[in-house]
Amino acid sequence: MNSFEWSSPRDIAQAAGVATTTVAAAMVSQSGRLSTDGVVFKAGGIDLLDLMKEGLLVPRGIVNLREIPDLAVIAQADDGGVHIGANVTLAQLAADPVIRTRFLALADVAGNSASPQIRQVATIGGNLLQRPRCWYFRSRDHHCARKGGEVCFAFAGENQYHAIFDHNGCAMVHPETSATALVALGAKLELTNAAGTKRVVGLEQFFLLPEVDIQRENDLTPGEILTAILLPPPAPTSRSIHIKQGETDSFDWPIADVAVALDTAPGGACRAAAVILGAASPVPHRAKAAEALLVGKTIDADVARAAAHAALQGAAPLTKNAYKLPIFETLVRRAILAVVRGG
Amino acid sequence: MTSADTRLQKYPVGIDSVSMAEIERRVPAGEAPPLPPNPQLAVIGKSIPRINGRAKVTGAAPFTVDVKLPGMLYARLLRSPLPHARVMSIDIGAAERHPGVRAIHVINDVVGRAVETTGQNTPAGTSGRRVLYVGDPIAAVAAVTPEAAQAAVDLIKVDYQPLAFVVDLEDARKPDAPRVFAHPVHGESFAGGNPAGTALPQQGNVRGPNKSGSRGDAAAGFADADVVIEGEFRTQVQTHCCLEPHGLVADWRKDGLTVYMSTQFTAGIRAELAAAFGLPLSRVRVIVDAMGGGFGSKSSAGNYARAAVTLSRQANAPVRLVLDRHEEQIDSGNRPATVQRLRVGARRNGTLTAIAIDTYGTSGVGLGAGIGNFAQAIYDCANFELVQSDVFINAGPGCAMRAPGNVPGAFALEQTIDELAEKLGMDPLTLRGRIDLSAVRREERRIGAARFGWNRRRAPGSDSGPIKRGLGMAQSLWGANVRTNSACEVRIFRDGSVEVLSSVQDIGTGIGTVLAQVVAEELGLRPEDITVRIGDTEYPAGPPSYGSLTTASITPPARNAAYQVLRKLIEIAAPSFAAAAGNLAARAGRISTADNSRSIGFREAAAQLPTDQIGVVASRSDDYADFARKMGDMASAQNALGGVQFAEVAVDTETGIVRVERVVAVQDCGRPMNPLQIESQVQGGILQGISYALFEERILDRHTGHMLNANLEQYKILRSRETPAIEVHLLENYQGMSATDAYGIAEPSNIATAPAIANAVYNAIGVRLRQLPMSPAAVLAALGRIPQRSGPT
Ligand SMILES: Cc1cc2nc3c(=O)[nH]c(=O)nc-3n(C[C@H](O)[C@H](O)[C@H](O)COP(=O)(O)OP(=O)(O)OC[C@H]3O[C@@H](n4cnc5c(N)ncnc54)[C@H](O)[C@@H]3O)c2cc1C
Repeated sequence: MNSFEWSSPRDIAQAAGVATTTVAAAMVSQSGRLSTDGVVFKAGGIDLLDLMKEGLLVPRGIVNLREIPDLAVIAQADDGGVHIGANVTLAQLAADPVIRTRFLALADVAGNSASPQIRQVATIGGNLLQRPRCWYFRSRDHHCARKGGEVCFAFAGENQYHAIFDHNGCAMVHPETSATALVALGAKLELTNAAGTKRVVGLEQFFLLPEVDIQRENDLTPGEILTAILLPPPAPTSRSIHIKQGETDSFDWPIADVAVALDTAPGGACRAAAVILGAASPVPHRAKAAEALLVGKTIDADVARAAAHAALQGAAPLTKNAYKLPIFETLVRRAILAVVRGG
Repeated sequence: MTSADTRLQKYPVGIDSVSMAEIERRVPAGEAPPLPPNPQLAVIGKSIPRINGRAKVTGAAPFTVDVKLPGMLYARLLRSPLPHARVMSIDIGAAERHPGVRAIHVINDVVGRAVETTGQNTPAGTSGRRVLYVGDPIAAVAAVTPEAAQAAVDLIKVDYQPLAFVVDLEDARKPDAPRVFAHPVHGESFAGGNPAGTALPQQGNVRGPNKSGSRGDAAAGFADADVVIEGEFRTQVQTHCCLEPHGLVADWRKDGLTVYMSTQFTAGIRAELAAAFGLPLSRVRVIVDAMGGGFGSKSSAGNYARAAVTLSRQANAPVRLVLDRHEEQIDSGNRPATVQRLRVGARRNGTLTAIAIDTYGTSGVGLGAGIGNFAQAIYDCANFELVQSDVFINAGPGCAMRAPGNVPGAFALEQTIDELAEKLGMDPLTLRGRIDLSAVRREERRIGAARFGWNRRRAPGSDSGPIKRGLGMAQSLWGANVRTNSACEVRIFRDGSVEVLSSVQDIGTGIGTVLAQVVAEELGLRPEDITVRIGDTEYPAGPPSYGSLTTASITPPARNAAYQVLRKLIEIAAPSFAAAAGNLAARAGRISTADNSRSIGFREAAAQLPTDQIGVVASRSDDYADFARKMGDMASAQNALGGVQFAEVAVDTETGIVRVERVVAVQDCGRPMNPLQIESQVQGGILQGISYALFEERILDRHTGHMLNANLEQYKILRSRETPAIEVHLLENYQGMSATDAYGIAEPSNIATAPAIANAVYNAIGVRLRQLPMSPAAVLAALGRIPQRSGPT
């Protein structure tokens, strides 16, 4: 790991004032020789230090956001929703009573990420902005398209953990399982730029497919700080769940994860549905056909089965990952039924 | 043995609580008298917590990485980024000029792999050497900080001429595949599975076949068979994943070399380094304290230790070289992959008429990807045919890993035997009862079946829901291995304190604790009264910690040394309180007459020593019934160790996830010395076996030759949530073969797990998985649940 300059601002204005680069931009090189003049933000540092230790990121400076107290709170929002500071840790989210009762999918996902040690340090902001885990992307010896190279090695190579949807030019899957749940819950992000101006953007719109920009996963602009995640108030009749399926349960990533949020009229038909597949595509994948199938129906095992089948519409597995299809189908069906049965 | 220096003694033999008897043995005169079975002993056979347990859990135990010497330099290795290339030139100029750099060593001679007999592999000079895999070491740098060393490594300019390569086992077998070696090679069976041998044919990347080990007439046996079962099995490459990486601090001085190293064999490293650097054995000292695993991969000095010693000599300063996790995964050894085609013929009553196995495997650029002696020896079958080959690929060499050969071998054979049982309409236990002549395993099957509840087993695929449960079992076979070149000293001091000394190292099994028990038992003291000094070649040369031979090799000399030094003490002290030394014995801290009428405290006796201390060194004598097989320093009563394991699994047929819920293991190791530590070994063997069965796999990219999961994140491995309920039952199996009658357990406990799980998976879903690991993808494929559409590539 290289040596670097360190600063630790105490408030958002101060932090936003530092001229920073996005980590994505600092990791792009034409020749394979990395830029060494990036200045980047750090929250918990789990992902950032990983990248530095692997020699994939060689920043000149690090701006530590961890000392900004405003970023570490979960607060009730004016609209009845919840305002989650970017520095709130996964452990905090998993234990928070409001999250646990009103946004179960988020509590699930936070409590099932990584390991207990990592969850104590990892922030939700850093989580949403972490870089993909694709093993070609994470290898210094593979200069892939996402890092400024020519090719995506996964198509002809080892793609068992890669995307089954929307892998146009790059077959990574988005790593943040939290996003699967947060998209299902309709989350928005609050971003603050160097001038102190805030913008709010839907999380779903924030992520970018490789066909839009192959070198970055999201629309974060240089100098911008993710300040909060905003959750709209859920309808009192709605419920959500997140299921993560890893090859192992401890300290592992999902091979497939699914979030389902349903608003169901008491004893009646489904009024609104969100079915989101994680680790299926470079971005959280909304299974529109499944959602359309659910809305207006009284959900039983057959409806759930049909919706689960529809969720895989348009899937285009690669050479080694077709096994993900039956797993996703199973998880979607089980998630729908679990929500309906109040599991 | 002449009768003058031997005597006759009666020893307990048999399985405790099943069939105990006595046998008369002629033993050397210096041997301690026969030990009764464990229940009659005070310290041996008792569960005693390891002596450095507290230090380990509190972080106080010093590991090799904690060694810090004044003026110590830090070394890093430059490794090949290419899977196959000719090194045209190496320019170390810029690296030499980097601040803080003290020594640079270009590696020309490499060890631990097959070598071309023509010497093409290591031409003179710095250019022209071929690197054979990603991670092949090229040069080493020592500098004042690790960062400076790494920076200098990055400054070394190597001009590579890339050569065609192959990393896929099947691709490598094709006649037009790029050649890993252009010329015939020689070398040992580094990976320990054994098709190596000398003067074998070599065509392309295939070296073999080696047909040694065959017997009888397989063709005639198959002609005699009523049923024949056939199957092809594939096992993956598993890496050792020692939590403590390979590493050492080498300290070269004018008066000799001292090496602090995480190693399974201090005395072996001493011999290896002495030979490599032209030093007398007396001028090389190897030291290890606490160790975090080896599993076979820390048995020799390898290229990295040679590099560190060379740098230390060059820089005139101690040099620390510790591999990082990535290096651990790509270049510290691995368990080879195998492809095994089995045919087993039997009569309707289960009698085996023939076994034929055609197998190949890859140990990368090493040798020894065979299947051990499991199939050859475990069942009664007159006709056995074995054809084994090594296939070279451009990947790091394999090396011995926990029960080399027998682990993949058991996976294939034990499934085939279950399949045969099914075909014959027999219970798997009944069939094994018919074809397995081992009395130990017979008892182990009986105990295991009862404890496990084998009678709950139903027909395959009995559950109607998506989650299906199944029960399975499998057996293991391992040798009662011994290294005769194993010595130990026991000293008694004038204040009554006691020391036991040997260069034997504690790989984590707790051999130091066992030595304290053995000496305490003999001297009538408590284990905590014994100071244990091990892991240092300053002490009498002990055995390695591999081959499951440590306890069998070092506890008899420890006991004999204690016995003999006690006789000396008694000779000195007897006149002060008793007439004759002959009938005195040590128990409960005193030395007493047989009738207990007269006694003296151990300390008071020691106070009469004419010198500050007395000591006796003893070395391992031959097993009393003579070793079944001797190979230099090694000996083995082959196939003496059994073991049976039962597994219960739940398979989610919709996601392909296999959960192991419970494992019952019944194991034997002669006389169990410390059940607590043995159970811990067995648990470790089972966990590593589950991990091998379900998760672990080295994944190489066939287009670039790189290992893609060279970490502990994407290299999937069992952790806490994958750990099932484990029950261990130990058999006491006395053989009357040595002063302690103790044998090993670490490897036997790792053999039966994967096939027991595979058989349980079959029982759950009614489909056999013949490939490891049994990942969700593999299970779903076996169930025919993966849709056959494929997208753009
Ligand atoms: C073995 C393992 C398993 C894991 N499993 C999972 C899993 O199942 N699900 C899952 O979701 N994650 C998983 N993780 C990932 C882990 O949760 C993330 O790495 C972590 O949440 C990142 O948060 P951090 O605070 O440490 O971010 P950092 O590493 O500090 O930052 C990450 C990125 O975000 C940027 N950044 C951080 N905060 C801000 C901000 N406020 N404004 C602008 N930019 C910012 C940084 O510049 C950096 O690029 C796993 C990690 C490991 C090692």
